[in-house]
This record gives sequence, structure tokens and C-alpha cells, in this order.
Amino acid sequence: MKKFIGLSALLILMVLLVGCAKDDGEKVYVYNWGEYMDPETRELFEEETGITVVYEEFEQNEDMYPKVQSGAVSYDVICPSDYMIQKMIENNLLYEPNFDNIPNLKYIDGAHLESAQEYDPGNKYSVPYCWGTLGILYNTTMVDEPIDSWDVLFDEKYSGEILMIDSVRDAFAIALKFLGYDLNSTNETELEEAKALLQEQYPLVQAYVIDQVRDKMIGGEAAIGVIYSGEAIYTSRENPDLEYVVPKEGSNVWIDGWVIPKNSKNKENAEAFINFMCRPDIALMNFDYITYSTPNSGAWDLIEDEDIKNSPVAFPSDEILDRTTAFRYLGEDMESVYIQKWNEVKGE
Amino acid sequence: MKISNVLNTKAPKATIKKSGMSSLGIRNTRWLSFPYILWMVGFIIIPLIVILYYGMTTNDKQFTLENISSILNPINLRALLFALRLSLISTVICLILAYPLAMILNKSKMKSNSFIVMIIILPMWMNFLLRTIAWQNILERTGIINTVLKFFNLPMLNIINTPSAIVLGMVYNFLPFMVLPIYNVLIKIDKDIVNAARDLGANSRQTLFKIILPLSLPGVISGITMVFVPSLTTFVISNILGGSKIVLIGNVIEQQFRIGNWHTGSGLSLVLMIFILISMAILSKYDKESEGSNLW
Repeated sequence: MKKFIGLSALLILMVLLVGCAKDDGEKVYVYNWGEYMDPETRELFEEETGITVVYEEFEQNEDMYPKVQSGAVSYDVICPSDYMIQKMIENNLLYEPNFDNIPNLKYIDGAHLESAQEYDPGNKYSVPYCWGTLGILYNTTMVDEPIDSWDVLFDEKYSGEILMIDSVRDAFAIALKFLGYDLNSTNETELEEAKALLQEQYPLVQAYVIDQVRDKMIGGEAAIGVIYSGEAIYTSRENPDLEYVVPKEGSNVWIDGWVIPKNSKNKENAEAFINFMCRPDIALMNFDYITYSTPNSGAWDLIEDEDIKNSPVAFPSDEILDRTTAFRYLGEDMESVYIQKWNEVKGE
Repeated sequence: MKISNVLNTKAPKATIKKSGMSSLGIRNTRWLSFPYILWMVGFIIIPLIVILYYGMTTNDKQFTLENISSILNPINLRALLFALRLSLISTVICLILAYPLAMILNKSKMKSNSFIVMIIILPMWMNFLLRTIAWQNILERTGIINTVLKFFNLPMLNIINTPSAIVLGMVYNFLPFMVLPIYNVLIKIDKDIVNAARDLGANSRQTLFKIILPLSLPGVISGITMVFVPSLTTFVISNILGGSKIVLIGNVIEQQFRIGNWHTGSGLSLVLMIFILISMAILSKYDKESEGSNLW
């Protein structure tokens, strides 16, 4: 019995001590996309800095936004996409980090900082983490011509073989680019034309999908699908017949970046975390884990596998990137115009 | 609401039991309902008020009916009508499949009977989303059915991404909700009533239509409610089995919430609630027997 009491006293003491350590210790609350970071990098960060990482994940930008806006939870570091970063800047939700505390910013490629200006003028609020393009994934055994244009998505020959992307802005970006317009267009006639094109496409489409495109293309369910480049590396690994191309008309380039919300309580820890994530070896670990392209040129230098280093999917040439544009947030009114038109397309 | 009707389908016999209970002093045990009332206020009443508030206001907190009238937008109206049509079809199919099944269950011997009930409930042990995704894999062009058909050089079955696939998904997912309430009512019908009918010269068809069917109506009505309502509001089944090509009212509402437009989403939800309440009101006209549903 004595032994038991002693043991439980020890246990209680330990719990108390651990509890204290946790309470007093420095923390950083990170809110990131699901499956979007190598967990080992977080452990390394904790080891090196002594700051505890509290990690949470979200599914979509739109899930994250209301939580941050309402101030119900205060996160320190968040990783939204381009247009969402702009929306947060416009709604005065973001803090301007002190970049003296993020010296590793120098490893971020200038070209990406340049395209980030589209949504974050002057690169004042965000640090790019991952990026990619929107393109066509096709099964070489099921098409009989080289594919380099969005026109295959509107070709009756492939009726029932097309997996279109089920996301308003992406779908309109494709139609607008194919018609030769800006993918951030707010021009009514241009949008009407794009809508008409998508309406014509409707009967040819097998299904509108986002995540499912991966498995469907791997299984050979369709010949052509619209996909983000980050997924393309995975799919061609699973099914070697699948190839990815950024069509010649141009496409969307997206960037997810680290930001610090205004209501963050540990801003310096947040800056330390962002700085750590920009360190080349850490960026490389994350790239290996999630296979989404990294804007970190330091990490790119460290890649050993020549095939991946020169992969046109993961690291497209400047010639391809010149044809791509990032999304801008178009404001709430314009967003509902897009959605109304998209519903008209699907309401056939 | 008709919660008691949905959850607890009573055959006439149950009434006697209830009055017996009140003589045991139900007043002293009233405090037992406190946790439920707390739950109901916190998770049913308050959310409903929040939906009502969002549905009737704009972003600037001004009163408006625009969110509700957005149902008249041709796209939304079409989605609503199409959802009504599909959910009606699947409710009818469920009823046609479930009633005979419940009768068979009722007539069969005790042992095999509980086994069959378990078979019906068994799929519900697995998540509804997984089962729907499984149907996608079954119906796909490279799916199980078509692989087999192809092997025997038979014509392919092309129903994935069509309304038929959605109806199939609804029927599959919601069938147990039709079978169980009907079965529960049938099992409580006094065998003597049936025997008396036969005794007095009714043939089996007359017994079915004049005795069993009217007595089982409360179960049928809960079954209809429990199939019709989730079918009307679903957006997952139409997304997965319809390939997002078919937009039902549930999809429209989900999309509004997803893009952060809570006001229009709530307004449309209110319209949908009105439709559900109307359907319940119509149903309760045929359901005078059951107790505790005095809303209408």
C-alpha cells in the first residue's frame, strides 16, 4: 500500500510538472492544410527552439477564414492560398511580420516573390510556402494526339472521357484562358462567353471532381482530367501512362503562403517558425513529403535526384511560368457573379 | 416537432402502457428530462434561431427577405424541384421494397427474424460516406459491375453520374429507415385482431387492406418522413454518385455556406424547412392515431 501511495504521488507530481512546463513554455499555434507538412520538421523545430508547436489542419480556405475572422481562436501562423491572403489583407486581418526575424527569406526564389505581388503587393504580409500550376493530366494510351491545349476539354471526340474540375474559379480560369482573356476577368461579356463555352462543355463532361480526379485517372476511368501539378507527381508515380501538361494558352499558378494573423499572441514565435520553414534542408524535407513544388531555391539546390530536379511538372520552365497568372480576390460581389454563372452551367 | 412520432412508432397498444406509467408518478421524474431540454435548447432551438437570423438579414445586419426569395432564382428553383422529384421517387421505391420485407420479417419465426433485422442494420455500422463511395466504385465504368459485364461481352451499365445513380444511392442508404419503423409497428399489431378479421370472413386481401395497412400507418408515415427528409436535403450522394453534374437544392445550400455566404444559405435552408414542414403536415393528416404529434 505504501508503495502504491508513493507511486501515485510520484505520478501526480510528474503530471503537475509536465503540466507546468507546458503552461510556461513558449508556444506557436499553426493552422495548415491537411497533409501539407512533414511532421518531422515540426519535431525538429521544437527540439531546436524549445517552442511547442500546436498544430491544426483545415480542408479548404473557406473553412479557415470564418474561424480567423471571428477571432474565436487565435492562431499564430496560417497557410492560406493567394486569393485568400489578399482577402485577409483587404479585411485587415493580417499582421506585417518583421522580416529582420525571417532572414531565410533570401532562399525564396525572386520569381515567386514577384508573382506573389499579384495578391500581396510589396510582399509585406506573406512568405510563399508551396506553389503549383493547374493543368491537364491525360492517359497516353487513351488519347491519340499530343496534348498541349485546353481545346481537348471542349472536343466532342472526348465526350464522356473528360473529368472537369469542380471549382468555380479554376473552371472559369480555364475557359477564360482558352478564349484569350485574363483569368481574373470581371468583364461581363467575357464572363458570359466563358459561361457559354462551359455550357457547351457540360454534355461532354463525365464528372466534375476535385480530389477524386487522382484515383479516377489512376484507375483509367477517364482519358483527360484537370488537376493541380502537385498531385500530378503522385499520379504518374502510380500510373506511368499519365502525363501532365500546362496548356499553351496559359493557366493559373497558385501559391500558398505563411501569414501571421493580427490577433496572434506569439508573433515572434510565429516569425521563428516561418523562418525555420524557409531553411533549405527543412523545405526539402517538406518537398519530399508532400511533393508540391517548393519556391525555395536553396532546397532546390539540395535535391539529389536529377529527374525530380529537372522535372517540368514540379519545376516548370520560365517559359511555362510566363504564361501563368495567379488568382486575385475579386470581391464578394464578383464572387457571387462567378458562382451564379457556374450554377447556370451546371443547372442544365 | 414530430420527434416522438419519428423515433417511437407506436401501435395502438402502446397507449395503454403509457397511461400506466403516469400512475407511477411521472411528475416526480420530470427532472429527468432536464438534460434533454438543455441539449434541445443548445443544439436545436438556438441553432434554428441563428439560421432564422442569418436567413432574414444581409451582411450589414439589415432586415431582408431577399435570401428567402432567392429560391425563385430559376437555377435554385430547378434544383429544388429536381430534389423534390428524386426524393419522392426514392421514397416510393423504399416503401415498395420495405413494406413486403417488413411483413415477411413479421411473419417469419423469431430466430431467423432477428438475424434478418441484423442484416438490415449491419451496413449502418459502417460510415455512410464510405458506403456511398463504395457504390461509386461498383458503378464506375472501370467498376466492378462493368468489369464483369465486359468479361462476358455484355453491354455496359452506364448509370454512374446520372439521376438514376443518385436515386439508387438514396434508396440504398435510407432503406433501413423505412423497414425498421414499419416492422416495429407490424410486430406490435395484436394477432387476435387479424384472427378476428379472418374469423369474421375477411379474405387475406381484405385483412391486409382493411386491418393491417391502416394499423401500420404510423410506421409507414415515420418511414416516409425518415426517408424523404434526408433524401431531400442530401448533397453528398448527389456529389459522389452524380459526379457533381446534377445540382440538387442541398448542393446549392452547401455551396453557399462553403463560399461563406451564410445569409443566402440560411435563407434557402428556411425554404427547405418549410417544404419539410408542409410534407409533415400532409402526412399527419393520415396519422391521427399516433400521439404526441399535436403540432398540426
